[in-house]
Amino acid sequence: MKKLIRVLGALVVLGVVALLAFIFVPVQRTGPVTQLAADYKPAKGEGEYIMRAGDCLACHTNEGGKPFAGGRAIQSPMGTIWTTNITPDKETGIGNWTLDDFRAALYDGVTPNGTHLYPAMPYENYRKMSEEDIVALYDYFMHEVEPVSNKVEETKLGFPFNLRFGLRAWNWLAASYEPGFKPAQGQDEQFNRGKYLVEGAGHCAACHSPRNLFMAQDGIDDTSKAFLTGGEIDGYTAPDLRGPESGPQKWTTEQTAAYLATARNAHSTATGEMMLVVRDSLQYLSHEDNTAIAAYLKKIGTGPANAAATPAEPVVTETEKMLTEAKADMPLGPRLYLDSCGGCHFVNGKGAAEIFPELDGNSLVTAKSPKGLISVILHGAELPSTADRPMKVRMQGYDKRLSDEEIAALATFLREGWTNKAPAVSAADVKAVRDLATHH
Amino acid sequence: MARTEKKKDVVIVGLGWTGSILGMELAQDGLEIVALERGHDQNTVPDFQFPNMIDELKYGVRLGMMQKPRNSTVTIRRSDSETALPYRSLGSFLPGNGVGGAGTHWNGLNWRPMLSEYRLRSYVEERWGAGIIPEDMNLQDYPVTYDELEPFFDRFEHVAGISGKAGNIKGQIVEGGNPFEAPRSRDYPMPAMPSTWDGAKFGEVTKSMGYHPFPRPGGIASQAYVNEYGMQMGPCNHCGFCERFGCYNYSKSSPQTAILDALKRKPNFEYRTHAEVLRVEMAADGKTATGVTYFDEKTQEEVFQPADLVILAAYQLHNVHLMLLSGIGQPYDPATGEGVTGRNYAYQMNGGYTLFFKDEVFNPFIGTGANGMTIDDFGIDNIDFGKEGFIGGAYISAGQSNGQPIRSMALPKGTPSWGAGWKEGIGEWYGHSMSIGSHGSHMAYRGNHLDLDPTYKDRHGRPLMRMTFNWNNNDIRMTQFMKSKIEPIAQALNPTSMQEGFKKEGAMYDVRPYQTTHNVGGSVMGADPKTSAVNRYLQAWDKHNIFVLGAGAFPQNTQYNPTGMVGGLAYWAAHAIRTDYLRNPRPLV
Repeated sequence: MKKLIRVLGALVVLGVVALLAFIFVPVQRTGPVTQLAADYKPAKGEGEYIMRAGDCLACHTNEGGKPFAGGRAIQSPMGTIWTTNITPDKETGIGNWTLDDFRAALYDGVTPNGTHLYPAMPYENYRKMSEEDIVALYDYFMHEVEPVSNKVEETKLGFPFNLRFGLRAWNWLAASYEPGFKPAQGQDEQFNRGKYLVEGAGHCAACHSPRNLFMAQDGIDDTSKAFLTGGEIDGYTAPDLRGPESGPQKWTTEQTAAYLATARNAHSTATGEMMLVVRDSLQYLSHEDNTAIAAYLKKIGTGPANAAATPAEPVVTETEKMLTEAKADMPLGPRLYLDSCGGCHFVNGKGAAEIFPELDGNSLVTAKSPKGLISVILHGAELPSTADRPMKVRMQGYDKRLSDEEIAALATFLREGWTNKAPAVSAADVKAVRDLATHH
Repeated sequence: MARTEKKKDVVIVGLGWTGSILGMELAQDGLEIVALERGHDQNTVPDFQFPNMIDELKYGVRLGMMQKPRNSTVTIRRSDSETALPYRSLGSFLPGNGVGGAGTHWNGLNWRPMLSEYRLRSYVEERWGAGIIPEDMNLQDYPVTYDELEPFFDRFEHVAGISGKAGNIKGQIVEGGNPFEAPRSRDYPMPAMPSTWDGAKFGEVTKSMGYHPFPRPGGIASQAYVNEYGMQMGPCNHCGFCERFGCYNYSKSSPQTAILDALKRKPNFEYRTHAEVLRVEMAADGKTATGVTYFDEKTQEEVFQPADLVILAAYQLHNVHLMLLSGIGQPYDPATGEGVTGRNYAYQMNGGYTLFFKDEVFNPFIGTGANGMTIDDFGIDNIDFGKEGFIGGAYISAGQSNGQPIRSMALPKGTPSWGAGWKEGIGEWYGHSMSIGSHGSHMAYRGNHLDLDPTYKDRHGRPLMRMTFNWNNNDIRMTQFMKSKIEPIAQALNPTSMQEGFKKEGAMYDVRPYQTTHNVGGSVMGADPKTSAVNRYLQAWDKHNIFVLGAGAFPQNTQYNPTGMVGGLAYWAAHAIRTDYLRNPRPLV
């Protein structure tokens, strides 16, 4: 009995010591992964390019606000996170930050005063960035960005998420890996460039990897099976990028690169969050870099080794037959399709290259969550203007034309039509998405 | 009261086809450009979106896309013995309004004129002698050759996105195309659209008669298309809402689908809407323009916009009106034949047959503005003017553009126009008729012209422009000739009944029924400053920093729809400005 008490007492002491250490031992900050020469200077434009690749602008700029002055609300399952001011303003921005401070934010998710950042800031991924890129980015923010005095709203999450020190434990799970980028052995330069951009600055996994039990990215590089096999953001599905039916595997490398650069290709168009990523980030990458990303994604496919891109004989599906015959007793879903959708997407659901996306085999249509599809039907979608494809092609919304029941019938038809096989959509699903718009 | 805006290198008046083309081309030279558009801004979505746009009553009948006569119109008379009255209710022609201009609500028909049309006066004199030219006909050559224009036609066709089938590539006749067309350097950017049943029937019967049918070329996408600016079109679904409508499907060629989003990305380009240009301002010596004054609808004030280069890119009627108001070119006087601005206003001479078939079903629910099959066997190059007694020609075609219920339900003559008899007629004949039309040239005459009206003023206090126009026997003989050629074709199709609509001798211009919005001339291009307002580069003879785009430049009208020529001339002028004028601003001729 005494022994038991002693053991228990020892455990308690150990626990207290651990907790005290957890709270009071200073957080370790990762140093540079490469020692650069003292007079190292990034090339002109390099920092801005890294900023584009990392898509800093999108989150750190508020709707209608000054660039990088923060204040944008990011909805997370834990509550609203307000992005910070990362202009070189000394009072409200990062003007007083040293390179080491800056690196620690990107690698370790900590600010100079030791505060832990919420992982809405994708330091899990930025931890892969090279010292050269960190320096270039730091140089850009310090010298090319206009300082803006803008005190942003402080993020106040509910208990227990307001205890930021708790993130320390989370970091041990999520971001404790060796910093910097390790090129894959036996792969060419293009593969490793693509890998670097995808895993690092591009932080693709932040949306496209599933989350594990601790809400960490389930796979931050291609050694993990779940890496980029699809995730969820705010109830929307971020599609799988590696399975045999995924875009990067079904499409040619050129088509995927075109999608990244212009938000459109021969098969599909980018909507929702991905449209924003193209608009704010990917369209500014070089043709070589977008091609490298596409080639890398294709190589890490998990399907039958990159099935030849020879198009199969076109099969006339039952759906196409039904839409072509257009009998008066057609169910509501296909009837609405003919009335409002078929003019562009056609009876075969194949649309037209770069302008009317395919609905047959479209990952948005068959996504686990129908929220994205419902949202596009309700509110339409617009492609961003890019250098190669300047046209803001816009699909109109049908929120005023179709009821919840009608959209449910239409969406269900789309999810079951042609070769699609996805669960039905209910009027309640539609109502939930419709209500979102009125609340925002 | 009036404010002055910051000076620009270029001011463009009107943001339709030619304004967009010049904006895009000149923006590539880094010039600071502002385009002033009197109407509203408009985009495919939401302005043309489905199903709001496919409203025949709102847009087809009440003309929702057109200019409102209360804001802008002309006065019209048929001869100088009449008093011109304001054109208060649009009928005969329909000038558009808003960004994209007429390029948003056209049918999409796109042609290059036939070889003889560029040098019609010389051609006639060489073949038949000047003696066959009627005394009052102001027949003129274009001051530019087809070979010079060919690369610019080609450029426009590839920017605009035209579907068609070439008939003559570099002199090689191509089966299935128009063998009479001027040789083109390459095929159309997209294959021809398929034809509806009426066009197919017309194609079959004309072929059996030894003619040369081919699909009508038009700015209607037969497939997905990307042009040199990266702008896009999607394949057409044949909904039949082209003319008078904006296309909701990104399928009709327009400034919106071909140019504008690319142009809007240029940091050195801006445009202002609800900015109606009132006049071009001149330097003290009168030799150059200093900019334009416009009325800002938002602030309700006049604004002076200084610029080094003034591009008049409004509709033909508005360009000529601005020239008359601003003293660009000497106003034309029909009594003396002197003066150039307003001279050689011309139109189009069209006619047709409607055929009714008891047992033939035409699906009226499909169509496009450029649908159908055509023959050019009676085109202007193929007619012996000396023998036939007229100068001119026409293309003849069949192909339904739509089956809209208010305006496109043809009925046999004698059917009641209302009540039970009308309903019965509709029941019997809707979807059972087709038409064959001729689209013919129209020459310029001493009497047909444009000048300022002595009585009527617009809301800004400016005199309205006055149109003096009437039909002329030469063109009526031409259209009667076409009637004689179409009649046997129609009969060969063996309809239950048929009826004709061709102008006859003595026909007077009637502004009420729609005819065509192919108003041309008034600012014609030429080699002689005594008979033309602009030189071969569309540069005003008397003020070298003013260029006047559009169909006003046509010395007389061709037998075709004008847009192809308007687009080709715009690229031709833009090329001259970019490669020559900007380096050394001066009269280029």
